[in-house]
Amino acid sequence: MNISNNLSSFRQIHTYYIRRLFKTSLLVLALSSFNVQLINASELDYKLVAEPVGKGTYVFIGSTKYFSKQNGGNIANAAYIVTNRGVIVIDTGSSYQYGKQMRAYIESTTGLSIIKVFNTHHHPDHFLGNQAFKDVPIASLQGIVNAIDSQGEALNGNLYTLVGDWMKETEAYSPTEVVTPGKVTIGGHEIEIIALDGHTDSDMAIYDHTTGVLFAGDLIFHDRTPAVASANIQNWLNSISQLQKLDYKYLIAGHGPVTTDQHAMLQTHDYLSWLHDTLENALDEGLDISEALQLELPERFSALDILHEEYKRGVLQLYPSMEQAFFN
Amino acid sequence: MTNSKILKKHSVIKQISSLKSGFKIILSFWLISSVNLANSQPLVDPLDSPSWNLVHKLILSNETVVFDDRVKVIVPDMAEDPMNVPVSVTVDGIGEIEEIRLFADLNPIKEILNFHPGKIEPFIAFRFKVQNSTPVRAAARTKDGVWHVGGSWLDATGGGCTAPSLGRALDNWVDTLGDVKSRLWSRADRPDRLRFRIMHPMDTGLAPGIPEFYIETLELKDKHGELLAHIESYQPVSENPFFSVDLESKLFQGIVLTGRDNNGNLINQVLQ
Repeated sequence: MNISNNLSSFRQIHTYYIRRLFKTSLLVLALSSFNVQLINASELDYKLVAEPVGKGTYVFIGSTKYFSKQNGGNIANAAYIVTNRGVIVIDTGSSYQYGKQMRAYIESTTGLSIIKVFNTHHHPDHFLGNQAFKDVPIASLQGIVNAIDSQGEALNGNLYTLVGDWMKETEAYSPTEVVTPGKVTIGGHEIEIIALDGHTDSDMAIYDHTTGVLFAGDLIFHDRTPAVASANIQNWLNSISQLQKLDYKYLIAGHGPVTTDQHAMLQTHDYLSWLHDTLENALDEGLDISEALQLELPERFSALDILHEEYKRGVLQLYPSMEQAFFN
Repeated sequence: MTNSKILKKHSVIKQISSLKSGFKIILSFWLISSVNLANSQPLVDPLDSPSWNLVHKLILSNETVVFDDRVKVIVPDMAEDPMNVPVSVTVDGIGEIEEIRLFADLNPIKEILNFHPGKIEPFIAFRFKVQNSTPVRAAARTKDGVWHVGGSWLDATGGGCTAPSLGRALDNWVDTLGDVKSRLWSRADRPDRLRFRIMHPMDTGLAPGIPEFYIETLELKDKHGELLAHIESYQPVSENPFFSVDLESKLFQGIVLTGRDNNGNLINQVLQ
């Protein structure tokens, strides 16, 4: 009797301590997850710093890698022109966070407000920052607006998978203004809108006649393998030939460093025409796509970042449609 | 006895008894595993798949298996388009192969295709559908009944810049159902290449409201009807499947493709 009483009191004490332990550990868990969130929030900083391109033009140079949780999707170049009336922004990055941080940087360094935003094409690393510019006219070509309307949310969803937390609160926000090709004067700058295609169905290049800066969008990649996921290579090559005729002082590629010469144009042209010919030949020789994926890549392309990765992505995208055409 | 002593004694007895049962469990595991060791070599899955034992049972009926890297399964590291993942299987240097079974351990439908190379080369390439990251394997059975298994992991988590393929099926798919296009490449230094495409939706039955509808059998025959090779295909083979196989075409008089889907629609086309 005595013993069983003692045992039951032992059980009670035991249960009490387990309960207390459980409560404490819950508290610890809650605190630690709170800490994790705090750390993450402070880490969602792209640490954007713009570099000058000639006088009055600036560019945020992104990574030349693919989308990752490490780079937060900051893989493309976004630029801005400082005019006497305010700032013109060309492309808004890969997320709402990027757009906000870019805008804060521009406004604090220039002391000016943003008067116009342009989107060069519908890929997510170039327009998903639009949300941070809802009070500013966002302009693009009709084809680009249509593509963002129809594919924007799907592309946004893809980026959530690829870069995670950086995307929080990001939604696809379409341009609010349709522009037509030709010259416009904004803040004293003579800006030429050039409608091209090939990287996607609708690509916009912008040439600032006042400063001689050409904003090529993703029609030009520099020291980074061109992404051909939505490409028509023949059209793209024609578009590069158009851009080569311009007498620019500076070329801002969609990805990779700024240049003053034709090097980036020739590099993009060389890779694309090689890719096109190589895949045509592979098809002609009866290669299956899995064999085309394993072809050797020429040494001269070793300067292009993520060459093998982007080549494979390109084959997976282009080869099936080339096969369909070949067999019809 | 004081209360504290009673408590101590109680817990000591408990500890001893739990130690005893622990020993029993360990001992029995050791006995079981040593019996297994005596019967066969321990089989360590090089891909470390959680489902290896399951697919070994379901697809290879627990028959004798060796992991063999002469069975080469080539898939991209990442399934950029999960509806069209290219795969090729090459078996080299194991002798005559009676059958090659292709499967993906973690796919909702694990079987992809069984290939009986017969009189042609033990090579096949095509595209298939994948739901998530999974090992993709080929098991090649030699005459002695042993399955030689090779494979690799396929990562399928995201699509990057690639817009999802929407509205893939054409409105007029019924008009072209079972149509075959093909081409033969004569090659001097190696077996000839035959590629053929069959128009078929290859519905898995896993999409809401769309019943499974897929090609079940395909045969390559010569013009006299003699069987050269045959294929049993399953739902994961991609829409409008596109096959590459290798053969010595000069050995055969003409090549005919016949086949049937699970609704009884027939395929019959002279390829050469």
